Amino acid sequence: MGLAASDFRRLSMTAHTNDLQTAVSILLSPGGLTLDALDSGLGYAMGAGIDYADLYFQRSWEEGWILEDGEVKEASYNIDGGVGVRALAGEKTGFAYSNQITADALMDTGKTAAGIVRSGKQLTGQAVNPVTAASYYAGIDPLAGLSADEKVAMLKDADRIARAADPSVTQVSASLSGTYEVVLVRASDGTLATDIRPLVRFNVSVIAVKNGRRERGSAGGGGRYSMSRLRDEQVSERYAKEAVRQALVNLEAVDAPAGQMPVVLGAGWPGILLHEAVGHGLEGDFNRKGSSAFAGRMGQRVASKGVTVVDDATLRDGRGSLSVDDEGTPGQYTSLIEDGVLTGYMQDKLNARLMGMAPTGNARRESFAHLPMPRMTNTVMLAGQDEPDDIIKSVKRGIYAVSFGGGQVDITSGKFVFSASEAYLIEDGRVTAPVKGATLIGNGPDAMSRVSMIGHDMALDTGIGVCGKEGQGVPVGVGQPTLKVDELTVGGTQS
Amino acid sequence: MAQAFDASAQQALLIQRAESALAMAKRMGADAAEVGASVDQGIGVSVRQGEVETVELSRDQGIAITVYVGQRKGSASSTDASEASLLATVEKALSIARYTGEDPSAGLADAALMATDIPDLKVHHPWALTTDRAIELALSCEQAGREVTGITQSDGASLSSGEGVRVYANSHGFVGTQKGSRHSLSCVLIAEDEQGMQRDMDYTSARNPDDLSDPAAVGREAARRTLRRLGARRPPTGTYPVLFDPSLASGLVGHLMGALAGGALYRQASFLCDRLNTPLFPDWFSLEERPMEIGATASSPFDGEGVQTRNNRFIENGQIASYMLSSYSARRLGMKTTGNAGGARNLRITAPLSNPAALFEQMGTGVWVTELMGQGINGVTGDYSRGAAGFWVENGVVQYPIEEFTIAGNLERMFGALVGVGDDIDRRGSIHSGSWLIDGMTIAGN
Repeated sequence: MGLAASDFRRLSMTAHTNDLQTAVSILLSPGGLTLDALDSGLGYAMGAGIDYADLYFQRSWEEGWILEDGEVKEASYNIDGGVGVRALAGEKTGFAYSNQITADALMDTGKTAAGIVRSGKQLTGQAVNPVTAASYYAGIDPLAGLSADEKVAMLKDADRIARAADPSVTQVSASLSGTYEVVLVRASDGTLATDIRPLVRFNVSVIAVKNGRRERGSAGGGGRYSMSRLRDEQVSERYAKEAVRQALVNLEAVDAPAGQMPVVLGAGWPGILLHEAVGHGLEGDFNRKGSSAFAGRMGQRVASKGVTVVDDATLRDGRGSLSVDDEGTPGQYTSLIEDGVLTGYMQDKLNARLMGMAPTGNARRESFAHLPMPRMTNTVMLAGQDEPDDIIKSVKRGIYAVSFGGGQVDITSGKFVFSASEAYLIEDGRVTAPVKGATLIGNGPDAMSRVSMIGHDMALDTGIGVCGKEGQGVPVGVGQPTLKVDELTVGGTQS
Repeated sequence: MAQAFDASAQQALLIQRAESALAMAKRMGADAAEVGASVDQGIGVSVRQGEVETVELSRDQGIAITVYVGQRKGSASSTDASEASLLATVEKALSIARYTGEDPSAGLADAALMATDIPDLKVHHPWALTTDRAIELALSCEQAGREVTGITQSDGASLSSGEGVRVYANSHGFVGTQKGSRHSLSCVLIAEDEQGMQRDMDYTSARNPDDLSDPAAVGREAARRTLRRLGARRPPTGTYPVLFDPSLASGLVGHLMGALAGGALYRQASFLCDRLNTPLFPDWFSLEERPMEIGATASSPFDGEGVQTRNNRFIENGQIASYMLSSYSARRLGMKTTGNAGGARNLRITAPLSNPAALFEQMGTGVWVTELMGQGINGVTGDYSRGAAGFWVENGVVQYPIEEFTIAGNLERMFGALVGVGDDIDRRGSIHSGSWLIDGMTIAGN
């Protein structure tokens, strides 16, 4: 059964007033602020000539536990928070931030942000308009879902299971991390929005040694939910076994081939292809500036027929999901490519306004101390019709890649890479020997036009992605069905 | 600068806060504790197509506390400078330590190793830079690049300038502190032909603003690097020598240090496990660390746990002469710390240096790589496979730009196949290296 991305969307309208009260009590009350006080805070950031200003309040609690050699060796706890104030005038942005959430800090940062941009048209005042949005995850503290003893027990389980899985396993490390984040956005266009964003992750990495060879395997996942769900879903066992399986496969790997050949990508995390080959190139800022290889191609064919790509912030509990983005725009399902034709960009308010488009809920920032930019959430290719087996059978000589380390793109030339960490040869329509990790390189528009078969087995990744742009990291998701690219360059050592 | 920053006052405040945190930890039951604290302030401006795009004022602070209860360890950090938050952070570190396991190797570095020689290494050069002046410099950089014939647009020029203070203190009574600054200017330009767009960039970065390159020179170099990429083709698939640009050669040194790092070694996650005192590079190649170099990028008299830094020689006459260790990783390996908690500081190569023309001649036919993409490095096996762009070279002469290809090999074999190091040394980062010529890598292209 193929799952279309929209099948994951089980909307639950929660009472956002509860979130608002929580956010106010966590973010504003400790510094003696009230919601009403934000109007004057915003006033400092406005002044003549400012088109738009916003205040972004954030507080986060982050916890990390690391097991090595069968013991929890590291445990850390990090508290961060503050307010970022932004003032926009035309294409200009002034930005300042403070670790203090107080009236004085709002005045200082607001005046600073406004003082550094000077032109633009006069703003007309807007009434406060609380944003109504669906919730795509529960507004909870995910760290509280398990006791410290239970967290330690999960890590020890992973260690025990991985070591029992195969005698060649010599090292096991496991980590459990989570973030409880509360944000509140107040903008001069009337926006008042809050969001409570849980995020958790469990990871296992092993080293296996056999016949003098040493290899690593790793597996992990998570999403926007409580740590208790990681335990309930028994991820210790799942990821421990998966990490060992991958290490054992890599112990048998032969040198990868070098050159151009058909590449079959597995379902799920290999969707990193979409993130690099098309995703970044469809972010609003690059297209407004004309620096993307996709600039000016709206309505044109940019991929094979049958290729439909969406950015979907509304996937239930997804790692990249957002109930509201970091400008307070509700998270959305945005169609990027429909049946091969470019249909949409991902926008924040600044770039949407300058391009005469609507914001798409893709404004994201690493923290209050960073400026928002158009960013991906969960980027997904919808399912096609093909049997995954038939896709493999159609290849005479090529590569079947099922897991990847990471990728990168030059959005201007369109060149992108992604590095396989588990891959196999396909010989005469059959998956044969595992091959060593190799980087695949292509050109975004070319590669998408060479997608010739699309499986019906759409799957999301397990929740491990971090996207980097201009030095800011944000959690993202990807997903795709098994698919075949007729020709990509495979960077092995066997020429 | 729009915000005043009194580094000395901040330093006094941080020391006081660190000592207060240590006292709290002791009072609340920690057997030992260590604290890292920092404050950084800066300005960043970016311009694009002759207009100001962003002006950002930054001020970041943080304090991180690690406590030891017996052989158990807990850490906590916060960006909130209040006394109440400090207390909560110490409490959290202690409460979390109760759940970690006994680790015989855990603990502070030995008291006898704490740095006592703490000279001023001249790494703090604040820049009294107004926002207007910062914008002016970025604009002049971009304009010089845009004026070059063939440049069709700019992706912007950015200037950033910052200074900060850091303090490290521990319950041995050690308090180390250093003020530092960093200033940089970069420019990204775009050119277009019938084949499509290409971009490239240049930057200058220094601790002292007087050491920055001329903004116009940065803009023009960005233009030169962008224009030379137009008309790129794909190279043939095969085995060829590869010449790495200096900044990319520094990256190879970075991979080497990653494999020599104690953390990777005791986890068996390095391709250089059990290789001490064995050959890795040709015998004419040595690599050493100069942590006390005056005014250099990464200079510091003490490492991340207060240990006196020293001139380590990691590669001597081609052999691995030392690993890169902290106290913890050293204990795990049954060795002594090399004063490298937090990494290596200022790596310098000792080797006979060739001018780049001689390296091209030595290469004959092969690939000159000026950009690498992606993360295709396996630190466990040394397997290396990355996307690349650069130039095709025949008989020592550059023929045409190339792109959309990969270079692959294995780091251990690549280090052994190093045949020359250039005198075109890039001094912008903490690793200073010239170009590297490496024989026999696999190119995947057409």
